[in-house]
Amino acid sequence: MSDAKQQIDETIKENDVVLFMKGTKEMPQCGFSSRVAGVLNYMAVDYKDINVLADDNIRQGIKDFSDWPTIPQLYVKGEFVGGCDIITEMALSAELDTLFDDSSVTYDKDAANKIREANG
Amino acid sequence: MAIQAQEIEDLIRAEFPKAQVTITDLAGDGNHYAAEVIDESFRGKNRVQQQRAVYAALKGKMDGANGQLHALALTTKVP
Repeated sequence: MSDAKQQIDETIKENDVVLFMKGTKEMPQCGFSSRVAGVLNYMAVDYKDINVLADDNIRQGIKDFSDWPTIPQLYVKGEFVGGCDIITEMALSAELDTLFDDSSVTYDKDAANKIREANG
Repeated sequence: MAIQAQEIEDLIRAEFPKAQVTITDLAGDGNHYAAEVIDESFRGKNRVQQQRAVYAALKGKMDGANGQLHALALTTKVP
């Protein structure tokens, strides 16, 4: 296992929710990363943000690891959930709530409902 | 390096001949597109599997700094 692969593997096992993104949750550096981080921030999800711009090995490594060509990428309980389009759809359809419920990840249900009201 | 909407559509169609494919140039710069692909072969697959199949059809056009396609907002559906 390469260093990057091992590092990614450990990160997604040690943290329930991990977002591989461009920039940080406080300062995203790409609109797509910003959108997903924004959803998680607003839903008050406790998640680990990994800035792929800080490490070229991780930036390419996560694409190989997930077999997914784009960033951001969300992992919940060690499982790849999707990129920006999938997370957006899941937030609006409440499938993301269900996933967090099933995975025992705490989040603000009222905030999740507000996202849907504002985009309904 | 820009890419034409028709080229994206052709690549997707080569892999999904019966799919309903809609490409939208979001920014008019040949770099930011939205693609909606509706295909029977998606039935029984989750979204990640569906979209992986579409990415595979694009054969590396989205790969990193050398990719011709910076952003493709992807929606996949079963008919």
